[in-house]
Amino acid sequence: MIVERPKLTIWDRLYMPQILKGMWITLKHIPMKRFTRQYPEETPPLPKRYRGVPTLVRDPEQRVKCVACQLCEFVCPPRAITVIPGFRSESGPDAKVEKEPSDFIIDMARCIYCGLCEEACPEEAIFLKKDYAMASYTREQMKLHKEKLLELGGIHEDRICKWKKK
Amino acid sequence: MWTDPAILEWIFILVKIIVIFGLVLSIVPYTVLAERRICAWIQDRVGPNRVGFQGLLQPIADALKLMLKEDMLSNHVHKVVFTLAPALVFMPSLMVLAVIPWGSAIGPMTCVLSDMNAGMLFALAVASFSVYGIALAGWASNSKYPFLGGMRSAAQMISYEVCLGLSLVPLFMQTGSLNLSAIVGYQTQHGWLMVYHPVACFIFITSLFAECNRTPFDLPEAEQELVSGYNIEYSSLKFGLFFLGEYANMLVASALVTTLFLGGWSLPFAPFNAPAKVIWVGLAHVGIFVAKVCAMLFLFIWVRWTVPRFRYDQLMALGWKVFFPLALVNIVVVAVIMACRANL
Repeated sequence: MIVERPKLTIWDRLYMPQILKGMWITLKHIPMKRFTRQYPEETPPLPKRYRGVPTLVRDPEQRVKCVACQLCEFVCPPRAITVIPGFRSESGPDAKVEKEPSDFIIDMARCIYCGLCEEACPEEAIFLKKDYAMASYTREQMKLHKEKLLELGGIHEDRICKWKKK
Repeated sequence: MWTDPAILEWIFILVKIIVIFGLVLSIVPYTVLAERRICAWIQDRVGPNRVGFQGLLQPIADALKLMLKEDMLSNHVHKVVFTLAPALVFMPSLMVLAVIPWGSAIGPMTCVLSDMNAGMLFALAVASFSVYGIALAGWASNSKYPFLGGMRSAAQMISYEVCLGLSLVPLFMQTGSLNLSAIVGYQTQHGWLMVYHPVACFIFITSLFAECNRTPFDLPEAEQELVSGYNIEYSSLKFGLFFLGEYANMLVASALVTTLFLGGWSLPFAPFNAPAKVIWVGLAHVGIFVAKVCAMLFLFIWVRWTVPRFRYDQLMALGWKVFFPLALVNIVVVAVIMACRANL
């Protein structure tokens, strides 16, 4: 589209009226409402489906839900997940479950918060929580291990509890 | 011994020097803070409000930060001139403040450091000196952006210095004096000169914006095109001195406008429209002067965050084709009116 260059009147070409108008606008903005959020004190409201840090969860009977199938490790696009499978104890609530990860490492420096691990998990053992401030001072600290992930995840209130019945 | 007039004179001079330094070193850092906060408010932000109550200690934090920075000196700079330039920017503003009356009288002490008869001439001469600092900084940095900044600064100074001087001629014709105290004295009796000479006032303030390198005329800095112009190669305290100098120049410009057009330390009603006889009126006069200067500083900041930068040729065209003839016509018009009034 071709826009015709507007013909300026003397009033426009004087320039001053427009500057004064602009100054009036900026002056009006001085007492206006501020849009700044004072971050560490005021946190932003997060949407329901917000994807924050990925975590591991336990079932209501304190079992680690993850069975070390390594599907999340396989699906993870940036290869942030490393699962080291290990065996469970033969007795107690864990008796009927075959495997659990002996360590489960998510490198938060690599994670892209895509949520594919949560989607891929057949055991509903990994969830993306709403925490987002996961900064650290070193790359080593950015790697979250099993204990930390379970601590962040907490207990998932699931109604089925499949290992109880098996 | 205390009442010996000669000794008293020396004490007064010392006190005045301390007051002027105090005014500069207290107002300037807070102008920086005010600029940052007002800018934020205009843009619907909050601005620095964390250091101290409402950010009031921010200037101290800024100064500390600048002092702790590494003082870089590149191999390709001209070392002597490079080191001298920041001082050259800061010094003239202090020198101009010496001739500006910042109050009437506190007891037996007149509130002006040097009551020169050619005060305004001195102020104009010295104020234009600060451009050397910028031009030399640009040249001594030996690098392209600072060089462009310095060149622009020099060209801009030449364009606007002329209008700056010419716009004041009608004032001198009316008051019949170049002495700043006398000009303020005239205004206490006849009202503010801004009312008599609105055109001169407008040209003067606009030219001062150009002199102080403030938006809309901040071409020497022009952070979008020249990164930050003449002070690219500077760091640490040298950069701080440039910064301080820029704001001190703004302060001086505000003080000049206040003195010349806004009636200096006076207000147009009873106890404040004549030189003070009692101490509290004298102190009030200083307060009035500072308040007017602060209002002018607000205008500087307000304009900066409203008006976008002029293009280089627009700046030159405005200086030479608009303000220069306008100032000349203004002189003629005022001269004709004064001649008519004298003869009729």
